[in-house]
Amino acid sequence: MATVKEFRNNVRPNWCPGCGDFSVQASIQRALGNMDLEPENVAVISGIGCSGRISGYINSYGLHGVHGRALPIAQGVKLANRDLVVIASGGDGDGFGIGLNHFMHAVRRNIDLTYIVMDNNIYGLTKGQHSPTSAFGFKAKNTPQGTIENALKPAQVALSAGISFLAQGFSSDVNQLTSLIEQAIQHRGFSLINVFSPCVTYNKINTYDWYRENIVNLEQDENYDSSNKALAMQKVFETNGLCTGLIYKEDRPVFQDLVPGYKEEAITSQELRLDDEYFAKVMNQFA
Amino acid sequence: MLDQLSWKVGGQQGEGIDSTGDTFSVALNRRGYFIYSYRHFSSRIKGGHTNSKIRVSTKSRLANSDQLDILIAFDQETIDFNAHELRDGGVVIADSKFNPKVPEGNYRLFSVPFTKIAEECGSAIMKNMVALGASACVLGLSSDIFADIISDKFLRKGQQVVDQNMKAIQLGIDYMTENGGVLPEFQLVPADGKKRLYMSGNEAIGLGALAAGARVMPAYPITPASDVMEYLIKHFPKVGGVVLQTEDEIAAMTMAIGSSFAGARSLTATSGPGLSLMMEAIGLAGMIEAPVVIIDTQRGGPSTGLPTKNEQSDLYAVLFGTHGEIPKIVLAPSTAEECFYATADAFNYADKYQCPVILITDLALSLANQTVEPLDYNKISIDRGKIATPEQLAEVGAGQLFKRYAFTEDGISPRVFPGMKGGIHHVTGVEHNETGRPDENAQNRIKMMDKRLAKLNNMELPNSVTYAGSENPDVLIVGLGSTMGVIDEALERFQAEGLNVAHAHVKVISPFPAKTLNQYVGKAKKVVVVENNATGQLLHLMKHFGVEHSAMTSYLRYDGNPFLPVQIFDHVKGLI
Repeated sequence: MATVKEFRNNVRPNWCPGCGDFSVQASIQRALGNMDLEPENVAVISGIGCSGRISGYINSYGLHGVHGRALPIAQGVKLANRDLVVIASGGDGDGFGIGLNHFMHAVRRNIDLTYIVMDNNIYGLTKGQHSPTSAFGFKAKNTPQGTIENALKPAQVALSAGISFLAQGFSSDVNQLTSLIEQAIQHRGFSLINVFSPCVTYNKINTYDWYRENIVNLEQDENYDSSNKALAMQKVFETNGLCTGLIYKEDRPVFQDLVPGYKEEAITSQELRLDDEYFAKVMNQFA
Repeated sequence: MLDQLSWKVGGQQGEGIDSTGDTFSVALNRRGYFIYSYRHFSSRIKGGHTNSKIRVSTKSRLANSDQLDILIAFDQETIDFNAHELRDGGVVIADSKFNPKVPEGNYRLFSVPFTKIAEECGSAIMKNMVALGASACVLGLSSDIFADIISDKFLRKGQQVVDQNMKAIQLGIDYMTENGGVLPEFQLVPADGKKRLYMSGNEAIGLGALAAGARVMPAYPITPASDVMEYLIKHFPKVGGVVLQTEDEIAAMTMAIGSSFAGARSLTATSGPGLSLMMEAIGLAGMIEAPVVIIDTQRGGPSTGLPTKNEQSDLYAVLFGTHGEIPKIVLAPSTAEECFYATADAFNYADKYQCPVILITDLALSLANQTVEPLDYNKISIDRGKIATPEQLAEVGAGQLFKRYAFTEDGISPRVFPGMKGGIHHVTGVEHNETGRPDENAQNRIKMMDKRLAKLNNMELPNSVTYAGSENPDVLIVGLGSTMGVIDEALERFQAEGLNVAHAHVKVISPFPAKTLNQYVGKAKKVVVVENNATGQLLHLMKHFGVEHSAMTSYLRYDGNPFLPVQIFDHVKGLI
């Protein structure tokens, strides 16, 4: 029986003290431990940026790829071996800047995997440029007069694209985040957990305190129904995207259910050599 | 009696020109003739001139013929555009509907009411069948040769449709018989009747991937690579594999890497512009030592260039095209048959050397259909390379990471796949240590770079160059890709004239077979490197890798069309 300990390794993260990403890492480890998964059956795929290092801090198979491409890599892993628990993870710049196209298509495709974004509204590793989720007017190194672009709201985008599982978490609420990750892993389909994960070094606006004052926890609303898409959309707009908890969930077929011929047995376990007769048949289609 | 004949059908795109050519080709291929067919088309769906040039021969021919014997025209544009290719005494068979005119010269025109006869059979669509009938008559063939193909094609639409099409063919034969008859000068020597295959390079690549155990193909459509994906979309579901049309080429390449990391054999296929987009990820594959196969079917560049035309100008890109330095294997088959075997090799090399393998073709090789001898599945082995054994995995202590990038003598470390107990490790594009942990230590960096590059250092893959012709030639012709058949044909003519010429064809671009080429080049008085590009990339690569010769020149064609045998013959003759 695996426990949270088995998902820990002795690598010291290179994150700044106080970085929100520590809690995201801890929550993933707790969720995996709580779910009694074996480390070798988990693959964590990450992009580039501070957040991208997370695949190295969890004791599981991990791949730290190229900027913005965690999702296609993760989808490739899951297609090849449907038995793995696949977690893709990265930051707001990684996922909603360079990788936004992949995000939209991962939503459409609904391949069963969990995507955890550490959203700090800034580019940290390149030392403080504005990100796609930075608010209009946000002053950063490269926007001394304030950004003149509107902020992208991940939850709105995800709902509009037709996501089958959408949640948001906050780095200072590890219990909620852990629970959301567990639910996302259990969900059959593509799930996004967008985590408000403050950058304590470069973002002096969206701080822990700022989030505490501005986010609405939907779990505290008894009347909230996460299966109601119109309500989800309404809440997301009402809160300007600043809500946490399970926002929306629906069951719909995953990509693999719909691919003709896709087998119950993982592709990686299948016999590669064709039957001689089968080869002859295929070859003779050219005769 | 002719031992070869060149036939072309042309009209507007969307008129079924392709399928007409294909029906004609398959019919004759099944009779035991060797076929080589080449399509001229434009980057649009409907309208615009298109043609299919088909060479029928009693021996294998992998080049367009210099001239044309018979031209089938569905519009005047076809005649205007193609008549210059007709040989003295050539024949035009055209739809009388447009009152065809042939230019001055020794050509014969047969104006046949293709459309009118087709309408009598039920629909103007069948004018192509009437044209096939007229062609069959001229060649002295009966409608029987089309019977099984027409049945294969149309039976699902009902027997009536089959009968109507066969009737159109027969009426075409009948009309021609009364208005010209069998033309004795176009009679072909009977073929050997042997059963062979008929396929394009792209189809051969698809079949090769299937045979080699590839089961995941993420790809983005692009001419002329899309047929590889389309072929596998038909076949992967039958073997539990999956083809996924991605949002772009970057996703295709990274998804293929993800599948490879998980343990599947994966590939993607693209052409120049897509290859450019994949470059960053190809670097990742090199750095994390992920085996992955990339098919690059070259077309005219740069940028959108000539998307439906032939070129061989991605050599620098495939060789030098990612940032940093990674080991890379680049295979360059020259025939459809070689495409099949080379694709299977590509997967074995990828697994053995744990690096990206790029297989390049060019449009002429990718799209031209050709007769292929039956393929031998026994020649295909599936070798997954070094994979950690249960014993090796058992040695990994609790809490320890598997040394995925262990330093070894040959630079190749055993692989493990997610799901394997004891194999946990980290993979990153950041420079890393033996367990995959980021590591910027200078000594480690040097050792890791050396380890990766050692995999292909100072080596040549088997059969990197083929050689034909005299041992100490006056001129050695060097080529790659689809020019194989063209150069071979020129070589035959030199041999027939008793001239001392040889042909070396490069089948592997990386690791570059400099040693072998130097041996061949060293024995030649002059060397001419024949390529479909404007800057002589292969020649430059030869020099770059130390293939030295004092009289080495380029012969280039970059107008989008393949060389003709006569062009190479004339050019090389001028050098002797």
